[in-house]
Amino acid sequence: MRALIVDDSKTMRRIIRGVLDNIGATALEEAENGQDALSKVDAFKPDIILLDWNMPVMDGINFVRNYRGAGKSTPIIMVTTEAEKARVIEAIQAGVNNYAVKPFTPDSLSQIVMTTLQKAGVKA
Amino acid sequence: MSLDASHINAFLQATTAVFDTMLQVPVTFDKPTPITGQTKQDVSGVIGLSGNVSGSVILGFSKETAEGLVEAFAGPGMEFGSADFADAIGELTNMVVGGAKSKFEGLSVSIGCPTVVAAPGHSVVNPSQAARVKIPCHTDVGSFVIEVAFLPDRVEAQSESLKPTIQTGA
Repeated sequence: MRALIVDDSKTMRRIIRGVLDNIGATALEEAENGQDALSKVDAFKPDIILLDWNMPVMDGINFVRNYRGAGKSTPIIMVTTEAEKARVIEAIQAGVNNYAVKPFTPDSLSQIVMTTLQKAGVKA
Repeated sequence: MSLDASHINAFLQATTAVFDTMLQVPVTFDKPTPITGQTKQDVSGVIGLSGNVSGSVILGFSKETAEGLVEAFAGPGMEFGSADFADAIGELTNMVVGGAKSKFEGLSVSIGCPTVVAAPGHSVVNPSQAARVKIPCHTDVGSFVIEVAFLPDRVEAQSESLKPTIQTGA
């Protein structure tokens, strides 16, 4: 499994990287915001994208709109503190496949990643 | 928007969840109290609130407590004042404030990106119009405070003069 981690926090990228390593990720790439992710995603060709919402330059929801607007279907998990129902609906309507609320345990995030990959037909 | 017990409870719940889940450090609280003066800190994580609520939230730590909590959250080897140290404090602040505002019933609130100050003896000064409450927090690693400041509805929070400012201890 190839995963792109998009978060402006280096600490959070490292924590998510640890979770993905433990479930057998074969290649990981990191981006600091939505714009950075857009510049890396085509070359990296991830199987899954884990995306923060609140980031400078380009936030997560605008990344999703740009990415889906370009016809890309790679599964996206929003990993965010934005837990309100309205935000979850907004993200799903924009094209997010799954949603993980911070704070999370390694087990809970692993489960969300595995479920999302399974639904997309991607082997972890 | 006035600051009431439901908002304070949201911060207590969010802080407990973040510290239990991401740091494995239990946290307890003293009774929240209104404050008027300035509190000196060594490390502050500051996040602005906008939308149905305007204001700011500050997580304030001593150097020793901040170092201990950063190690619990992000691992050892983070030098005080480094970019990685600030990043960890910023993300900790982001999760506490983001988790709390998600529990504000019936309100649509956005949070900004965190600002972190690591300078011994500094103060973060909120505008005088803000209603401010201090929540004392205690862990085995050390104590810290959460300061919640809500601006009255009539005040234009977007004004630069009404954002928190930093005063260094020097």
